[in-house]
Amino acid sequence: MSLFDHTIKELEEKLHNKEITVKDLVDTSFNRIKEVDEDVKAFITLDEENAYAKAKELDDAPDTDKTGALFGIPGGIKDNIMTNGLRTTCGSAFLDNFNDPLYDATVIEGLNKEKAVTIGKMNMDEFAMGSSNETSYYAATRNPWNTDYVPGGSSGGSAAAVGAGEVLFSLGSDTGGSIRQPAAFCGVVGLKPTYGRVSRFGLAAFASSLDQVGTITRTVEDNARVLEVIAGQDKMDSTSANVDVPSYTEALTGDVKGLKIAVPKEYIGEGVDPEVKEAVLNALKVYESLGATWEEVSLPHSKYAVAAYYLISSSEASANLARFDGVRYGVRSENADNMLDMYKNSRSEGFGKEVKRRIMLGTFALSTGYYDAYYKKAQKVRTLIKNDFDKIFEDYDVVIGPTTPTPAFKVGEKIDDPLTMYTGDLLTIPVNLAGTPGISVPCGFSETGLPIGLQIIGKHFDESTVYRAAHAFEQATDHHTKRPQLGGVSK
Amino acid sequence: MSDITKDQVKHVAHLARLAITEDEAAELTKELSAIIGFAEQLNELDTEGVEPTTHVLNMKNVMRKDEPKATITQEEALKNAPDKKDGHYRVPAIMD
Repeated sequence: MSLFDHTIKELEEKLHNKEITVKDLVDTSFNRIKEVDEDVKAFITLDEENAYAKAKELDDAPDTDKTGALFGIPGGIKDNIMTNGLRTTCGSAFLDNFNDPLYDATVIEGLNKEKAVTIGKMNMDEFAMGSSNETSYYAATRNPWNTDYVPGGSSGGSAAAVGAGEVLFSLGSDTGGSIRQPAAFCGVVGLKPTYGRVSRFGLAAFASSLDQVGTITRTVEDNARVLEVIAGQDKMDSTSANVDVPSYTEALTGDVKGLKIAVPKEYIGEGVDPEVKEAVLNALKVYESLGATWEEVSLPHSKYAVAAYYLISSSEASANLARFDGVRYGVRSENADNMLDMYKNSRSEGFGKEVKRRIMLGTFALSTGYYDAYYKKAQKVRTLIKNDFDKIFEDYDVVIGPTTPTPAFKVGEKIDDPLTMYTGDLLTIPVNLAGTPGISVPCGFSETGLPIGLQIIGKHFDESTVYRAAHAFEQATDHHTKRPQLGGVSK
Repeated sequence: MSDITKDQVKHVAHLARLAITEDEAAELTKELSAIIGFAEQLNELDTEGVEPTTHVLNMKNVMRKDEPKATITQEEALKNAPDKKDGHYRVPAIMD
Protein backbone atom coordinates (compact mmCIF):
# COMPACT_ATOMS: atom_id res chain seq x y z
CA MET A 1 0.00 0.00 0.00
CA SER A 2 1.22 3.47 -0.93
CA LEU A 3 0.92 6.50 1.32
CA PHE A 4 -1.02 7.96 -1.60
CA ASP A 5 -3.83 5.47 -0.94
CA HIS A 6 -4.72 7.76 1.95
CA THR A 7 -6.71 10.94 1.72
CA ILE A 8 -5.09 14.30 2.41
CA LYS A 9 -6.99 14.44 5.68
CA GLU A 10 -5.61 11.07 6.76
CA LEU A 11 -2.07 12.11 5.83
CA GLU A 12 -2.53 15.33 7.77
CA GLU A 13 -3.25 13.23 10.86
CA LYS A 14 -0.26 10.98 10.25
CA LEU A 15 1.99 14.00 9.89
CA HIS A 16 0.50 15.52 13.02
CA ASN A 17 1.06 12.29 14.99
CA LYS A 18 4.61 12.09 13.62
CA GLU A 19 3.97 8.68 12.06
CA ILE A 20 5.35 10.10 8.81
CA THR A 21 7.34 13.09 7.62
CA VAL A 22 6.95 15.33 4.59
CA LYS A 23 10.13 13.72 3.29
CA ASP A 24 8.33 10.35 3.35
CA LEU A 25 5.63 11.83 1.14
CA VAL A 26 8.13 13.36 -1.27
CA ASP A 27 10.01 10.03 -1.32
CA THR A 28 6.74 8.30 -2.18
CA SER A 29 6.41 10.57 -5.20
CA PHE A 30 9.92 10.26 -6.53
CA ASN A 31 10.17 6.51 -5.87
CA ARG A 32 6.99 5.94 -7.80
CA ILE A 33 8.13 8.28 -10.58
CA LYS A 34 11.37 6.31 -10.90
CA GLU A 35 9.34 3.10 -10.96
CA VAL A 36 6.74 4.01 -13.57
CA ASP A 37 7.28 7.32 -15.32
CA GLU A 38 9.48 5.90 -18.03
CA ASP A 39 6.30 4.11 -19.15
CA VAL A 40 3.68 6.69 -18.18
CA LYS A 41 5.59 9.84 -19.25
CA ALA A 42 3.42 12.06 -17.09
CA PHE A 43 6.12 14.65 -16.34
CA ILE A 44 7.92 17.14 -18.55
CA THR A 45 10.08 18.66 -15.80
CA LEU A 46 10.87 17.29 -12.33
CA ASP A 47 11.69 19.66 -9.49
CA GLU A 48 13.39 17.16 -7.20
CA GLU A 49 15.93 19.44 -5.56
CA ASN A 50 13.39 22.11 -4.57
CA ALA A 51 10.84 19.51 -3.50
CA TYR A 52 13.30 17.97 -1.04
CA ALA A 53 14.42 21.40 0.16
CA LYS A 54 10.79 22.27 0.81
CA ALA A 55 10.25 18.93 2.59
CA LYS A 56 13.19 19.67 4.87
CA GLU A 57 11.93 23.18 5.56
CA LEU A 58 8.47 21.87 6.46
CA ASP A 59 9.78 18.96 8.54
CA ASP A 60 12.18 21.24 10.42
CA ALA A 61 9.56 23.88 11.17
CA PRO A 62 8.35 24.20 14.77
CA ASP A 63 5.15 22.22 15.38
CA THR A 64 3.17 25.44 15.80
CA ASP A 65 4.03 26.38 12.18
CA LYS A 66 3.03 23.03 10.75
CA THR A 67 -0.26 24.28 9.42
CA GLY A 68 -1.76 24.62 5.96
CA ALA A 69 -4.60 22.84 4.21
CA LEU A 70 -2.10 21.04 1.94
CA PHE A 71 0.85 20.90 4.34
CA GLY A 72 3.51 18.65 2.81
CA ILE A 73 1.21 17.20 0.15
CA PRO A 74 2.99 16.42 -3.15
CA GLY A 75 1.29 17.79 -6.23
CA GLY A 76 1.88 18.14 -9.96
CA ILE A 77 1.25 21.28 -11.99
CA LYS A 78 0.12 21.25 -15.59
CA ASP A 79 2.86 22.79 -17.68
CA ASN A 80 0.74 25.72 -18.87
CA ILE A 81 0.59 27.19 -15.35
CA MET A 82 3.40 29.63 -14.57
CA THR A 83 5.83 28.61 -11.84
CA ASN A 84 8.44 31.12 -10.72
CA GLY A 85 11.92 29.79 -11.48
CA LEU A 86 10.61 26.52 -12.89
CA ARG A 87 10.51 25.80 -16.61
CA THR A 88 7.03 26.10 -18.14
CA THR A 89 6.76 24.74 -21.70
CA CYS A 90 3.02 24.35 -22.42
CA GLY A 91 4.13 21.08 -24.04
CA SER A 92 5.54 23.07 -26.96
CA ALA A 93 8.92 23.21 -28.68
CA PHE A 94 8.38 26.95 -28.88
CA LEU A 95 8.77 27.26 -25.09
CA ASP A 96 11.39 24.55 -24.64
CA ASN A 97 13.81 27.17 -23.29
CA PHE A 98 11.27 29.07 -21.17
CA ASN A 99 13.19 28.30 -18.02
CA ASP A 100 11.83 31.03 -15.79
CA PRO A 101 8.33 32.51 -16.09
CA LEU A 102 9.46 35.03 -13.40
CA TYR A 103 6.24 34.76 -11.40
CA ASP A 104 3.83 32.29 -9.88
CA ALA A 105 0.29 31.94 -11.16
CA THR A 106 -2.24 32.96 -8.51
CA VAL A 107 -3.24 29.29 -8.05
CA ILE A 108 0.42 28.45 -7.31
CA GLU A 109 0.58 31.23 -4.72
CA GLY A 110 -2.47 29.57 -3.15
CA LEU A 111 -0.79 26.16 -3.05
CA ASN A 112 2.40 27.67 -1.61
CA LYS A 113 0.49 29.51 1.08
CA GLU A 114 -1.09 26.23 2.18
CA LYS A 115 2.35 24.55 2.00
CA ALA A 116 1.84 22.02 -0.77
CA VAL A 117 5.03 20.59 -2.33
CA THR A 118 5.44 20.91 -6.10
CA ILE A 119 6.96 17.73 -7.55
CA GLY A 120 7.12 18.86 -11.16
CA LYS A 121 5.39 20.03 -14.29
CA MET A 122 2.94 17.75 -16.03
CA ASN A 123 2.92 16.67 -19.64
CA MET A 124 0.07 17.98 -21.79
CA ASP A 125 -1.15 18.41 -25.33
CA GLU A 126 0.68 21.34 -26.89
CA PHE A 127 -0.91 24.58 -25.62
CA ALA A 128 -3.74 22.37 -24.30
CA MET A 129 -4.93 21.62 -27.84
CA GLY A 130 -5.69 17.94 -27.99
CA SER A 131 -7.65 15.13 -26.35
CA SER A 132 -4.99 12.43 -26.08
CA ASN A 133 -1.69 14.05 -24.99
CA GLU A 134 -0.27 12.92 -28.32
CA THR A 135 0.28 16.52 -29.48
CA SER A 136 2.86 17.10 -26.73
CA TYR A 137 6.24 18.04 -28.17
CA TYR A 138 7.91 15.91 -25.50
CA ALA A 139 6.23 12.51 -25.40
CA ALA A 140 2.80 10.96 -25.59
CA THR A 141 1.73 10.31 -21.99
CA ARG A 142 0.30 6.80 -21.52
CA ASN A 143 -2.76 5.59 -19.64
CA PRO A 144 -1.69 4.00 -16.33
CA TRP A 145 -4.41 1.34 -16.69
CA ASN A 146 -2.96 0.14 -19.97
CA THR A 147 -0.02 1.88 -21.55
CA ASP A 148 -1.19 1.02 -25.08
CA TYR A 149 -3.97 3.54 -24.50
CA VAL A 150 -4.02 7.33 -24.28
CA PRO A 151 -4.57 9.04 -20.91
CA GLY A 152 -6.83 11.61 -22.56
CA GLY A 153 -6.00 15.27 -22.77
CA SER A 154 -5.12 17.90 -22.66
CA SER A 155 -4.36 17.53 -18.92
CA GLY A 156 -3.25 13.94 -19.62
CA GLY A 157 -0.06 14.12 -17.55
CA SER A 158 -1.95 15.61 -14.61
CA ALA A 159 -4.54 12.81 -14.63
CA ALA A 160 -2.13 9.96 -15.41
CA ALA A 161 0.22 10.97 -12.57
CA VAL A 162 -2.62 10.92 -10.03
CA GLY A 163 -3.92 7.63 -11.45
CA ALA A 164 -0.46 6.08 -11.36
CA GLY A 165 0.16 7.25 -7.79
CA GLU A 166 3.03 9.60 -8.65
CA VAL A 167 1.43 12.59 -6.93
CA LEU A 168 -1.55 12.98 -4.63
CA PHE A 169 -3.14 15.84 -6.52
CA SER A 170 -2.57 17.88 -9.62
CA LEU A 171 -3.78 21.04 -11.26
CA GLY A 172 -5.05 21.01 -14.82
CA SER A 173 -6.93 23.32 -17.14
CA ASP A 174 -10.18 22.61 -18.93
CA THR A 175 -11.28 24.44 -22.08
CA GLY A 176 -13.47 21.75 -23.68
CA GLY A 177 -13.07 18.81 -21.30
CA SER A 178 -9.33 18.81 -20.71
CA ILE A 179 -9.64 17.94 -17.01
CA ARG A 180 -12.76 15.77 -17.01
CA GLN A 181 -11.95 13.59 -20.04
CA PRO A 182 -8.45 12.53 -18.86
CA ALA A 183 -9.83 12.08 -15.33
CA ALA A 184 -12.43 9.69 -16.79
CA PHE A 185 -9.83 7.84 -18.87
CA CYS A 186 -7.42 7.49 -15.93
CA GLY A 187 -9.99 6.55 -13.27
CA VAL A 188 -9.56 9.64 -11.09
CA VAL A 189 -11.64 12.62 -9.94
CA GLY A 190 -11.40 15.79 -12.04
CA LEU A 191 -13.33 19.02 -11.59
CA LYS A 192 -13.76 21.93 -13.96
CA PRO A 193 -15.02 24.74 -11.76
CA THR A 194 -17.50 27.40 -12.87
CA TYR A 195 -16.04 29.91 -15.31
CA GLY A 196 -14.78 32.68 -13.04
CA ARG A 197 -14.44 30.52 -9.92
CA VAL A 198 -10.64 30.18 -10.08
CA SER A 199 -8.12 32.83 -11.16
CA ARG A 200 -6.47 32.27 -14.55
CA PHE A 201 -3.68 34.76 -13.83
CA GLY A 202 -0.59 32.82 -14.86
CA LEU A 203 -2.42 30.25 -16.96
CA ALA A 204 -1.20 30.40 -20.58
CA ALA A 205 -4.36 31.48 -22.40
CA PHE A 206 -5.86 29.15 -25.00
CA ALA A 207 -9.52 30.19 -25.37
CA SER A 208 -10.18 32.97 -22.89
CA SER A 209 -13.98 32.70 -22.78
CA LEU A 210 -13.74 28.98 -21.92
CA ASP A 211 -10.47 28.26 -20.03
CA GLN A 212 -10.69 27.34 -16.37
CA VAL A 213 -8.12 25.92 -13.92
CA GLY A 214 -9.24 22.88 -11.93
CA THR A 215 -8.25 20.00 -9.69
CA ILE A 216 -7.46 16.31 -10.17
CA THR A 217 -7.31 13.88 -7.24
CA ARG A 218 -8.10 10.30 -6.27
CA THR A 219 -11.07 11.16 -4.07
CA VAL A 220 -13.84 13.75 -4.06
CA GLU A 221 -12.86 14.86 -0.56
CA ASP A 222 -9.30 15.64 -1.65
CA ASN A 223 -10.63 17.42 -4.71
CA ALA A 224 -12.87 19.68 -2.61
CA ARG A 225 -9.96 20.41 -0.33
CA VAL A 226 -7.66 21.53 -3.15
CA LEU A 227 -10.39 23.64 -4.77
CA GLU A 228 -10.92 25.49 -1.48
CA VAL A 229 -7.27 26.52 -1.70
CA ILE A 230 -7.29 27.82 -5.28
CA ALA A 231 -10.83 29.25 -5.62
CA GLY A 232 -11.82 32.87 -5.25
CA GLN A 233 -11.65 36.29 -6.80
CA ASP A 234 -8.25 37.62 -7.82
CA LYS A 235 -7.53 41.24 -8.61
CA MET A 236 -5.05 40.05 -11.23
CA ASP A 237 -7.82 38.32 -13.21
CA SER A 238 -10.74 40.59 -14.03
CA THR A 239 -12.80 37.59 -15.16
CA SER A 240 -12.60 35.95 -11.75
CA ALA A 241 -15.92 36.43 -10.02
CA ASN A 242 -16.76 38.22 -6.81
CA VAL A 243 -18.60 35.24 -5.32
CA ASP A 244 -17.86 33.87 -1.85
CA VAL A 245 -16.03 30.53 -1.64
CA PRO A 246 -17.95 28.19 0.65
CA SER A 247 -16.34 25.26 2.45
CA TYR A 248 -16.56 22.54 -0.17
CA THR A 249 -15.44 19.82 2.24
CA GLU A 250 -18.34 20.70 4.54
CA ALA A 251 -20.72 20.04 1.64
CA LEU A 252 -19.73 16.36 1.65
CA THR A 253 -22.57 15.16 3.85
CA GLY A 254 -23.27 11.90 2.02
CA ASP A 255 -26.91 12.96 1.88
CA VAL A 256 -28.53 13.19 -1.54
CA LYS A 257 -32.10 12.48 -0.44
CA GLY A 258 -34.43 14.48 -2.64
CA LEU A 259 -31.66 15.50 -5.06
CA LYS A 260 -33.24 16.10 -8.46
CA ILE A 261 -31.15 14.72 -11.29
CA ALA A 262 -31.64 15.47 -14.97
CA VAL A 263 -30.29 12.95 -17.48
CA PRO A 264 -30.14 14.36 -21.02
CA LYS A 265 -31.27 11.78 -23.54
CA GLU A 266 -28.55 13.06 -25.88
CA TYR A 267 -25.97 11.91 -23.30
CA ILE A 268 -27.05 8.29 -23.28
CA GLY A 269 -28.14 8.00 -26.90
CA GLU A 270 -26.53 7.41 -30.25
CA GLY A 271 -22.74 7.31 -30.30
CA VAL A 272 -22.43 6.41 -26.62
CA ASP A 273 -20.77 3.05 -26.05
CA PRO A 274 -23.20 0.46 -24.53
CA GLU A 275 -20.72 -0.28 -21.71
CA VAL A 276 -20.55 3.40 -20.85
CA LYS A 277 -24.32 3.75 -20.95
CA GLU A 278 -24.71 0.74 -18.67
CA ALA A 279 -22.22 2.13 -16.15
CA VAL A 280 -24.15 5.42 -16.06
CA LEU A 281 -27.52 3.69 -15.66
CA ASN A 282 -26.04 1.64 -12.81
CA ALA A 283 -24.84 4.88 -11.20
CA LEU A 284 -28.37 6.27 -11.46
CA LYS A 285 -29.63 3.17 -9.61
CA VAL A 286 -27.14 3.95 -6.85
CA TYR A 287 -28.57 7.48 -6.66
CA GLU A 288 -32.10 6.07 -6.48
CA SER A 289 -31.08 3.83 -3.62
CA LEU A 290 -29.72 6.90 -1.83
CA GLY A 291 -33.05 8.70 -2.16
CA ALA A 292 -32.37 10.89 -5.19
CA THR A 293 -34.66 10.98 -8.21
CA TRP A 294 -33.85 11.27 -11.89
CA GLU A 295 -35.72 12.03 -15.06
CA GLU A 296 -34.80 12.04 -18.70
CA VAL A 297 -34.57 15.53 -20.22
CA SER A 298 -33.29 17.03 -23.45
CA LEU A 299 -30.44 19.38 -24.26
CA PRO A 300 -31.65 19.85 -27.84
CA HIS A 301 -28.70 21.91 -29.05
CA SER A 302 -25.95 19.74 -27.63
CA LYS A 303 -25.23 18.14 -30.99
CA TYR A 304 -24.09 21.54 -32.28
CA ALA A 305 -21.69 22.12 -29.40
CA VAL A 306 -18.59 20.58 -30.99
CA ALA A 307 -18.85 22.71 -34.13
CA ALA A 308 -19.52 25.90 -32.16
CA TYR A 309 -16.68 25.07 -29.80
CA TYR A 310 -14.04 24.54 -32.47
CA LEU A 311 -14.89 27.84 -34.14
CA ILE A 312 -14.93 29.82 -30.89
CA SER A 313 -11.93 28.19 -29.22
CA SER A 314 -9.76 28.25 -32.35
CA SER A 315 -10.64 31.89 -33.03
CA GLU A 316 -9.68 32.89 -29.51
CA ALA A 317 -6.55 30.73 -29.71
CA SER A 318 -5.43 32.38 -32.94
CA ALA A 319 -5.49 35.72 -31.12
CA ASN A 320 -3.97 34.46 -27.85
CA LEU A 321 -1.10 32.67 -29.57
CA ALA A 322 -0.14 35.78 -31.53
CA ARG A 323 2.07 36.66 -28.55
CA PHE A 324 4.47 33.88 -29.48
CA ASP A 325 6.58 35.97 -31.81
CA GLY A 326 10.12 34.94 -30.89
CA VAL A 327 11.04 38.36 -29.50
CA ARG A 328 10.59 38.32 -25.71
CA TYR A 329 10.76 34.60 -24.95
CA GLY A 330 10.71 31.25 -26.63
CA VAL A 331 12.80 29.70 -29.35
CA ARG A 332 13.60 31.97 -32.29
CA SER A 333 14.22 30.52 -35.73
CA GLU A 334 17.79 30.81 -36.89
CA ASN A 335 16.60 31.04 -40.49
CA ALA A 336 15.45 34.60 -40.79
CA ASP A 337 17.00 37.73 -42.26
CA ASN A 338 14.08 40.02 -41.65
CA MET A 339 11.38 40.58 -39.06
CA LEU A 340 8.49 39.01 -40.97
CA ASP A 341 10.45 35.83 -41.68
CA MET A 342 11.51 35.71 -38.06
CA TYR A 343 7.87 35.70 -36.95
CA LYS A 344 6.81 33.17 -39.56
CA ASN A 345 9.72 30.79 -39.24
CA SER A 346 9.86 30.90 -35.44
CA ARG A 347 6.16 30.08 -35.23
CA SER A 348 6.26 27.43 -37.93
CA GLU A 349 9.27 25.68 -36.42
CA GLY A 350 8.04 26.07 -32.82
CA PHE A 351 4.39 25.03 -33.17
CA GLY A 352 3.24 21.49 -33.83
CA LYS A 353 0.71 20.38 -36.41
CA GLU A 354 -2.43 20.58 -34.28
CA VAL A 355 -1.62 24.04 -32.96
CA LYS A 356 -1.02 25.33 -36.49
CA ARG A 357 -4.25 23.74 -37.68
CA ARG A 358 -6.23 25.53 -34.96
CA ILE A 359 -4.50 28.86 -35.51
CA MET A 360 -5.34 28.51 -39.21
CA LEU A 361 -8.97 27.62 -38.49
CA GLY A 362 -9.32 30.51 -36.04
CA THR A 363 -7.63 33.03 -38.31
CA PHE A 364 -9.91 31.94 -41.14
CA ALA A 365 -13.06 32.17 -38.98
CA LEU A 366 -12.12 35.69 -37.89
CA SER A 367 -11.02 36.93 -41.31
CA THR A 368 -12.89 39.50 -43.37
CA GLY A 369 -16.02 38.12 -44.93
CA TYR A 370 -16.22 35.06 -42.67
CA TYR A 371 -16.54 36.57 -39.20
CA ASP A 372 -20.35 36.74 -39.22
CA ALA A 373 -20.82 33.40 -40.96
CA TYR A 374 -18.61 31.43 -38.58
CA TYR A 375 -17.43 33.13 -35.42
CA LYS A 376 -20.55 35.16 -34.68
CA LYS A 377 -22.83 32.31 -35.71
CA ALA A 378 -20.99 30.02 -33.29
CA GLN A 379 -21.45 32.54 -30.49
CA LYS A 380 -25.18 32.67 -31.18
CA VAL A 381 -25.37 28.89 -31.04
CA ARG A 382 -23.46 29.11 -27.78
CA THR A 383 -26.34 31.18 -26.41
CA LEU A 384 -28.81 28.45 -27.39
CA ILE A 385 -26.66 25.81 -25.66
CA LYS A 386 -26.39 27.91 -22.52
CA ASN A 387 -30.17 28.48 -22.55
CA ASP A 388 -30.71 24.70 -22.67
CA PHE A 389 -28.79 24.33 -19.41
CA ASP A 390 -30.44 27.37 -17.75
CA LYS A 391 -33.83 25.89 -18.49
CA ILE A 392 -32.99 22.49 -17.04
CA PHE A 393 -31.50 24.02 -13.91
CA GLU A 394 -34.83 25.72 -13.19
CA ASP A 395 -36.18 22.28 -12.29
CA TYR A 396 -33.18 20.11 -11.40
CA ASP A 397 -30.16 20.29 -9.07
CA VAL A 398 -27.63 18.51 -11.28
CA VAL A 399 -27.27 17.07 -14.76
CA ILE A 400 -25.72 13.62 -14.95
CA GLY A 401 -24.35 11.62 -17.86
CA PRO A 402 -21.13 10.01 -19.02
CA THR A 403 -17.98 12.13 -19.20
CA THR A 404 -16.96 10.56 -22.50
CA PRO A 405 -18.86 8.43 -25.03
CA THR A 406 -16.20 5.69 -24.88
CA PRO A 407 -13.39 4.62 -22.56
CA ALA A 408 -9.81 5.52 -23.53
CA PHE A 409 -8.75 4.80 -27.12
CA LYS A 410 -5.45 3.43 -28.34
CA VAL A 411 -2.37 5.56 -28.91
CA GLY A 412 -2.28 6.44 -32.61
CA GLU A 413 -5.92 5.55 -33.22
CA LYS A 414 -7.29 9.06 -33.81
CA ILE A 415 -4.30 11.36 -34.11
CA ASP A 416 -4.42 11.54 -37.93
CA ASP A 417 -8.14 12.24 -37.99
CA PRO A 418 -8.77 15.61 -36.28
CA LEU A 419 -12.54 15.59 -36.74
CA THR A 420 -12.97 12.18 -35.11
CA MET A 421 -10.74 13.34 -32.25
CA TYR A 422 -12.81 16.53 -31.86
CA THR A 423 -16.18 14.80 -31.81
CA GLY A 424 -15.06 12.58 -28.91
CA ASP A 425 -15.43 15.67 -26.70
CA LEU A 426 -19.15 16.09 -27.38
CA LEU A 427 -20.23 15.46 -23.77
CA THR A 428 -17.75 17.79 -22.05
CA ILE A 429 -17.74 20.75 -24.47
CA PRO A 430 -21.32 21.98 -23.77
CA VAL A 431 -20.34 22.51 -20.12
CA ASN A 432 -17.55 24.90 -21.09
CA LEU A 433 -19.81 26.75 -23.50
CA ALA A 434 -22.40 27.19 -20.71
CA GLY A 435 -19.70 28.02 -18.13
CA THR A 436 -21.11 25.66 -15.50
CA PRO A 437 -19.06 23.42 -13.18
CA GLY A 438 -18.62 19.73 -14.02
CA ILE A 439 -16.86 16.82 -12.37
CA SER A 440 -15.85 13.37 -13.53
CA VAL A 441 -15.81 10.52 -10.99
CA PRO A 442 -15.01 6.85 -11.62
CA CYS A 443 -18.19 4.79 -12.16
CA GLY A 444 -16.97 1.49 -13.51
CA PHE A 445 -14.68 -0.31 -15.91
CA SER A 446 -14.97 -1.57 -19.45
CA GLU A 447 -14.55 -5.26 -20.22
CA THR A 448 -10.98 -4.48 -21.21
CA GLY A 449 -10.33 -3.00 -17.79
CA LEU A 450 -10.38 0.68 -18.71
CA PRO A 451 -12.05 3.20 -16.37
CA ILE A 452 -15.37 4.87 -17.16
CA GLY A 453 -16.24 8.34 -15.85
CA LEU A 454 -19.53 9.72 -14.58
CA GLN A 455 -20.05 13.40 -15.27
CA ILE A 456 -22.00 15.55 -12.83
CA ILE A 457 -22.81 19.08 -13.95
CA GLY A 458 -24.11 21.80 -11.65
CA LYS A 459 -25.44 25.33 -11.63
CA HIS A 460 -23.08 28.29 -11.89
CA PHE A 461 -21.01 28.56 -8.67
CA ASP A 462 -22.74 25.53 -7.16
CA GLU A 463 -19.66 23.31 -6.90
CA SER A 464 -20.95 22.35 -3.43
CA THR A 465 -23.89 20.39 -4.85
CA VAL A 466 -21.69 18.85 -7.54
CA TYR A 467 -19.25 17.67 -4.87
CA ARG A 468 -22.01 16.46 -2.57
CA ALA A 469 -23.53 14.37 -5.36
CA ALA A 470 -20.12 13.04 -6.46
CA HIS A 471 -19.06 12.19 -2.93
CA ALA A 472 -22.30 10.37 -2.05
CA PHE A 473 -21.90 8.20 -5.15
CA GLU A 474 -18.22 7.58 -4.48
CA GLN A 475 -18.87 6.54 -0.89
CA ALA A 476 -21.62 4.15 -1.98
CA THR A 477 -19.35 2.41 -4.53
CA ASP A 478 -15.79 1.09 -4.61
CA HIS A 479 -14.60 2.15 -8.08
CA HIS A 480 -12.29 4.78 -6.63
CA THR A 481 -10.42 2.20 -4.55
CA LYS A 482 -9.21 0.23 -7.59
CA ARG A 483 -5.61 0.72 -8.64
CA PRO A 484 -3.94 0.09 -11.98
CA GLN A 485 -1.24 -2.54 -12.31
CA LEU A 486 1.09 -0.70 -14.56
CA GLY A 487 2.20 -2.43 -17.70
CA GLY A 488 -0.90 -4.55 -18.21
CA VAL A 489 -4.66 -4.56 -18.09
CA SER A 490 -6.06 -5.03 -14.63
CA LYS A 491 -9.36 -4.66 -12.92
CA MET B 1 -19.09 27.98 -48.98
CA SER B 2 -17.18 25.15 -47.37
CA ASP B 3 -14.72 24.71 -50.20
CA ILE B 4 -11.57 26.49 -49.19
CA THR B 5 -8.96 27.03 -51.88
CA LYS B 6 -5.25 26.57 -51.55
CA ASP B 7 -4.76 30.27 -52.25
CA GLN B 8 -7.05 31.13 -49.36
CA VAL B 9 -5.06 28.83 -47.10
CA LYS B 10 -1.84 30.58 -48.10
CA HIS B 11 -3.41 33.97 -47.44
CA VAL B 12 -4.66 32.88 -44.01
CA ALA B 13 -1.22 31.46 -43.19
CA HIS B 14 0.29 34.84 -43.97
CA LEU B 15 -2.26 36.57 -41.73
CA ALA B 16 -1.44 34.09 -38.95
CA ARG B 17 2.30 34.62 -39.50
CA LEU B 18 2.93 31.00 -40.33
CA ALA B 19 5.27 29.82 -43.07
CA ILE B 20 3.82 26.78 -44.81
CA THR B 21 5.19 24.61 -47.59
CA GLU B 22 3.23 23.68 -50.73
CA ASP B 23 2.58 20.22 -49.25
CA GLU B 24 1.36 21.69 -45.97
CA ALA B 25 -0.87 24.11 -47.88
CA ALA B 26 -2.43 21.19 -49.75
CA GLU B 27 -2.97 19.21 -46.57
CA LEU B 28 -4.40 22.18 -44.68
CA THR B 29 -6.74 22.94 -47.58
CA LYS B 30 -8.21 19.47 -47.21
CA GLU B 31 -8.35 19.52 -43.42
CA LEU B 32 -9.79 23.01 -43.07
CA SER B 33 -12.41 22.27 -45.73
CA ALA B 34 -13.48 19.20 -43.76
CA ILE B 35 -13.64 21.09 -40.46
CA ILE B 36 -15.47 24.08 -41.97
CA GLY B 37 -17.79 21.65 -43.75
CA PHE B 38 -18.54 20.09 -40.37
CA ALA B 39 -19.15 23.53 -38.89
CA GLU B 40 -21.69 24.33 -41.62
CA GLN B 41 -24.20 22.23 -39.65
CA LEU B 42 -24.67 25.32 -37.48
CA ASN B 43 -26.61 26.79 -40.40
CA GLU B 44 -29.39 24.28 -39.68
CA LEU B 45 -30.23 26.48 -36.70
CA ASP B 46 -32.25 29.65 -37.01
CA THR B 47 -30.36 32.18 -34.90
CA GLU B 48 -32.29 35.23 -36.07
CA GLY B 49 -32.64 37.52 -33.06
CA VAL B 50 -30.37 35.41 -30.82
CA GLU B 51 -27.74 37.45 -28.98
CA PRO B 52 -24.19 36.09 -29.28
CA THR B 53 -22.55 34.94 -26.04
CA THR B 54 -19.02 36.26 -25.68
CA HIS B 55 -18.81 35.69 -21.95
CA VAL B 56 -21.04 33.56 -19.70
CA LEU B 57 -20.89 35.70 -16.59
CA ASN B 58 -22.89 38.83 -16.26
CA MET B 59 -19.98 41.19 -15.73
CA LYS B 60 -18.44 44.01 -17.70
CA ASN B 61 -15.86 46.75 -17.38
CA VAL B 62 -14.20 45.47 -14.23
CA MET B 63 -12.20 48.45 -13.03
CA ARG B 64 -9.43 48.83 -10.51
CA LYS B 65 -7.32 51.71 -9.31
CA ASP B 66 -4.30 52.45 -11.45
CA GLU B 67 -1.63 52.16 -8.81
CA PRO B 68 1.98 51.97 -9.96
CA LYS B 69 4.09 49.29 -8.35
CA ALA B 70 7.31 47.46 -9.01
CA THR B 71 6.87 44.23 -10.98
CA ILE B 72 9.89 42.83 -12.81
CA THR B 73 13.23 44.47 -13.48
CA GLN B 74 14.63 45.22 -16.92
CA GLU B 75 17.15 42.43 -16.43
CA GLU B 76 14.37 39.96 -15.62
CA ALA B 77 12.32 41.11 -18.59
CA LEU B 78 15.24 40.27 -20.84
CA LYS B 79 16.05 36.98 -19.12
CA ASN B 80 14.11 34.76 -21.51
CA ALA B 81 14.77 36.76 -24.68
CA PRO B 82 16.39 34.82 -27.52
CA ASP B 83 18.47 37.85 -28.51
CA LYS B 84 19.23 41.07 -26.64
CA LYS B 85 21.68 43.95 -26.68
CA ASP B 86 22.33 46.89 -24.35
CA GLY B 87 19.21 46.30 -22.31
CA HIS B 88 16.94 45.89 -25.34
CA TYR B 89 15.39 43.04 -27.27
CA ARG B 90 17.22 42.62 -30.55
CA VAL B 91 15.38 41.63 -33.75
CA PRO B 92 16.37 41.33 -37.41
CA ALA B 93 15.95 44.27 -39.78
CA ILE B 94 12.36 45.45 -40.07
CA MET B 95 12.93 47.16 -43.45
CA ASP B 96 15.10 45.96 -46.30
